[in-house]
Amino acid sequence: MITFEDVVKIYPGGGTAVDHLSMELPTGKMTVLVGPSGCGKTTSLRMINRMVEPTSGRVLIDGQDVSGQDEALLRRGIGYVIQHAGLFPHRTVLDNVATVPMLLGKTRREARTASLELLERVGLPAEFAQRYPAQLSGGQQQRVGVARALAADPPVMLMDEPFSAVDPVVRAQLHTEFLRLQQDLGKTIAMVTHDIDEAIKLGDYVAVLRQGGILAQFGTPQELLDKPADDFVASFVGRDRGLRSLSFDSAADVPVSPPATAEQLVLDNGRPVVWRTLSGDRAIAGTFTKDDSLRIVTDLAISSPVGIAVRVDADGVCDGVVKHHDLVDYLLTRRSA
Amino acid sequence: MIQYLQNNSDTVLAALRQHLYLALVPVLLGFVIALPIGYLGVRFEWLYHPLVNVCGVLYSIPSLALFVFLPVVLGTKILSPLNIVVALTIYTVALLARTVADGLRSVDKLVNEAATAMGYRRTRRLIDVELPVALPVILAGLRVATVANISLVSVGALIGIGGLGQLFTRGFQLFYVEPIIVGIVLSVLLAAVADLVIVLIQRAVTPWARA
Repeated sequence: MITFEDVVKIYPGGGTAVDHLSMELPTGKMTVLVGPSGCGKTTSLRMINRMVEPTSGRVLIDGQDVSGQDEALLRRGIGYVIQHAGLFPHRTVLDNVATVPMLLGKTRREARTASLELLERVGLPAEFAQRYPAQLSGGQQQRVGVARALAADPPVMLMDEPFSAVDPVVRAQLHTEFLRLQQDLGKTIAMVTHDIDEAIKLGDYVAVLRQGGILAQFGTPQELLDKPADDFVASFVGRDRGLRSLSFDSAADVPVSPPATAEQLVLDNGRPVVWRTLSGDRAIAGTFTKDDSLRIVTDLAISSPVGIAVRVDADGVCDGVVKHHDLVDYLLTRRSA
Repeated sequence: MIQYLQNNSDTVLAALRQHLYLALVPVLLGFVIALPIGYLGVRFEWLYHPLVNVCGVLYSIPSLALFVFLPVVLGTKILSPLNIVVALTIYTVALLARTVADGLRSVDKLVNEAATAMGYRRTRRLIDVELPVALPVILAGLRVATVANISLVSVGALIGIGGLGQLFTRGFQLFYVEPIIVGIVLSVLLAAVADLVIVLIQRAVTPWARA
């Protein structure tokens, strides 16, 4: 657990970067610090590994005040990923990853063996090991950056805009991979981003900071979407937060009608085939299962020519339909509950 | 020409040897002295501009003046090779201190930041990260300094110690063109070979720079 206790950072020259910040980043979870530029998110992150010293207040990792610890030793125990990866251009990919194990006194061979496994783990084939950073694409460099941060298996990781320098397609891919990795590893992660969508997608918890380094809200992504603490959070989270919040709700309990009640739905051996409408046959845009989110159901209902979302079981057989008015009623009762 | 070389091979070789010695010893000394000075120019930012200015002034002192002036300061004999070595070391330091500073400044801020965040202490970061990354810039400066030194040694002939330059003075004194041509060709060749050697070293130690 990373604890901020009434932390203040005032830069010489008068600017308050962080203003009486108190929060707890739970162990094994990913907490995303998000906010506009000048909100002190990076400053806060850097106080965890003492790249920045607080003016007052304390930062603790598992109850230990970081200010009492040797800077270099503290940092070797904390993974660090930055924008553009910040790889060492003069070292091969493998030796980049082996950096911290080498600093910790491992032999070159031990460090390299462990690093090779890590490369595979972050989705880089072994033939990349001997390349130099300049020979990699942005996305590949970022993967190496993540591998390098993980190399000494630190319990805590800090990530400063780790995915913002790559194009949206690669970013989405890195997100997915990183979430899978984190599911296996369960690191305590503090990540900084200016992108609220990224924060909501990746964070177990999100800390929204506002200009002047004030914590506006700390909570799960869904809490942010459903109950923004104030207008600032509400506008920062965005106008379609109601719809986005639905991605955190399960479709398991949405009321379904028997398939037969949807006269326009053509089935073949129970499998949905096509919508038969007055203006001809229309393709079915998609189906959902009990494991999907309410956002998917809503999307299917509004993109269907007849306002109906089709549910299937594991075998692809239609076991129910959701009609748009039932869905709206359900969403309304859910909201008021 | 061949005749001249056959008859004077000892003189020419001795001149060549002296030339090499007088040019390269200052390069090594200058490099060793310039490293810490250049580093200070980066470590303390306010030092950078004064450093650049002092280096510029030092480099603009005419070499002949320095060769003549140094014995007065050092108390050496006017014909001592030490005068040349010290003078060229000063020029090398003037060139390389700035190059080292510029090289270290060329290291991406993010790279330094990443190194620090990973737990490098200052000295080890300098040796393991900053200097290696600055090496292409530093070696480029070393090439310039080496070639400049090789050409400057000849000026020393005017005060009696000048390696291949002595072949020029002798040729002029005797109205004899062969030693002059041999001197010119050999010093150009020497500079070219020295330059090539540094380029090869550079390729060997910074394979990443071509990546």
